[in-house]
Amino acid sequence: MELFLEASGLQTFYGAAQVLHGVDFRVGVGETVALMGRNGMGKSTLLKSLLGVVAPRQGKVSVQGREVTGMETSAIIRRGIAYVPEGRGMFHNLSVREHLLMAARKGAGGRADWTYERVLETFPRLAERLDNMGTHLSGGEQQMLSIGRALMTNPDLLILDEATEGLAPLIRREIWRVVRHVKETGIATIVVDKNVGVLLDLADRHVILVKGEVVFDGGPHQLKSDSSILERFIGL
Amino acid sequence: MTGGLPKRLTLILLVLLAALALFPVWGPLAFAAKYAFLLQKLTGIMILAILAMSLDLLVGIAGLVSLGHAAFFGLGGYMLAILSPQYEAANLWVVLPATMAAVAAVSAVVGFLAIRTAGIYFIMVTLAFGQMGYYFFNDSKLAGGSDGAYIYVKPVVEAFGTTLVNLDSKQSFFFVVLGALVAVYLLLRVVLASPFGRVLAAIGVNEGRVRGLGFDPMAYKLVAFTIAGALAGLAGFLAASQYGFVSPAMLGWHQSGHVLVMVILGGMGTLFGPILGAFILELAHFGLEAVTEHWLLPMGVLVIAIVLALPKGVAGLLLQWCGKKGEGGQ
Repeated sequence: MELFLEASGLQTFYGAAQVLHGVDFRVGVGETVALMGRNGMGKSTLLKSLLGVVAPRQGKVSVQGREVTGMETSAIIRRGIAYVPEGRGMFHNLSVREHLLMAARKGAGGRADWTYERVLETFPRLAERLDNMGTHLSGGEQQMLSIGRALMTNPDLLILDEATEGLAPLIRREIWRVVRHVKETGIATIVVDKNVGVLLDLADRHVILVKGEVVFDGGPHQLKSDSSILERFIGL
Repeated sequence: MTGGLPKRLTLILLVLLAALALFPVWGPLAFAAKYAFLLQKLTGIMILAILAMSLDLLVGIAGLVSLGHAAFFGLGGYMLAILSPQYEAANLWVVLPATMAAVAAVSAVVGFLAIRTAGIYFIMVTLAFGQMGYYFFNDSKLAGGSDGAYIYVKPVVEAFGTTLVNLDSKQSFFFVVLGALVAVYLLLRVVLASPFGRVLAAIGVNEGRVRGLGFDPMAYKLVAFTIAGALAGLAGFLAASQYGFVSPAMLGWHQSGHVLVMVILGGMGTLFGPILGAFILELAHFGLEAVTEHWLLPMGVLVIAIVLALPKGVAGLLLQWCGKKGEGGQ
């Protein structure tokens, strides 16, 4: 499989505390990867290291074969990545419409199929609240807006960090429906979520982190056939 | 706030604008002998309102609190003094673009260095640049040093050898400044409604989040700093044209602080708020000065009262009253 993103030997520290211990990670073009692990195992730090938010002390990151280690986060993102952060990241001074339009651009490879109209079709609830300020939405609507805003950048890779955390079951189902739709359009995805059952059905590959090290990297059939892996590393 | 204003508020602002534009009609009837003085006073306030709006782009929208913004105001004034022939009128079509281009260039250089800092350090760096500008004109022989410089003949608006507007006429100058005020407001509204303005407004809330969306905040902040500097230069140009005099005090931190108070009182991030702030502060100054020589004391009480009662400024109150909840700047 052609690789979209590849990281090797990542070692990331917060001060003197080492969080990632030589992590290798890759995402293929159009591949959906579930990044799993208990709290505090380094999932968010790995995502931040990939995007240059936190600079790894060792290791390198490449996007579409070109090394991006040490580059500005905005420059890495511009190579075709959209990041939906934990906490949704709304701006209180921008309306729903402005949130979407501010992010609108062609993708790194010229992709332009995610338009304003298409995002509103995908999230009809947002179309009803275009003039609401970003923070004057329910949690589920904020998450939809956060994903919609990410799609407006026409990414080749969508990163979802705890996309359904704290949401009602009905809203979660809506979010997962959209993530499946995104997958069908050929956009690669990294998903971090606690809902292992959904991830097993959704992802093409699963990576489990324990104490900053990759302890499992394989397909869903392996996890389904050997329940001891999830039991040992995730506690299920 | 980058969206449109509520209809009721737009109506209120248009009524106020109409009242201001018609002052040369109703002013002489209402104020008789004081009319000429008040016309000049209102012209001066409108110039300060342009300066306040330019600062609002930085403070209220981009979240960059500058204490050196008056440096660009003063530089705009000094550019007119330097570019004007001593005993002839300068052509506004030549000196105004030249002034704004020069001030924009200086603000781009200052901004390039200043935006590398944030928070209290940005305030300190802009303050330092402002004071450098002050002492540059105060201590050098350029344009009269600490005594300042006179502009003996005011610029004229000429086309094909014909004088269209003579800025020596107080009434003509009033309308020129009013036109500039409206033009700057509309220009900034267009800027804020553009994708650039939306990203800038988002930077004012959370720079890291904007970076995560693939935008380089430094580039946006630099462009905003340059636009704000050029518009402050326009205000300085108009101030120098009005008074026919420039002095280093135009660049000093007192002036920067004064305009910052206008922005805060009026309502940060709203554009129309700083205009109202300029009028409220200057008219209060004028009114209190007429009552007592210790006007600074009641003025201080007024400022404190407004800040305590209206944390989002007068504009925040108006926006709430007109039904736009959750707005009123930051």
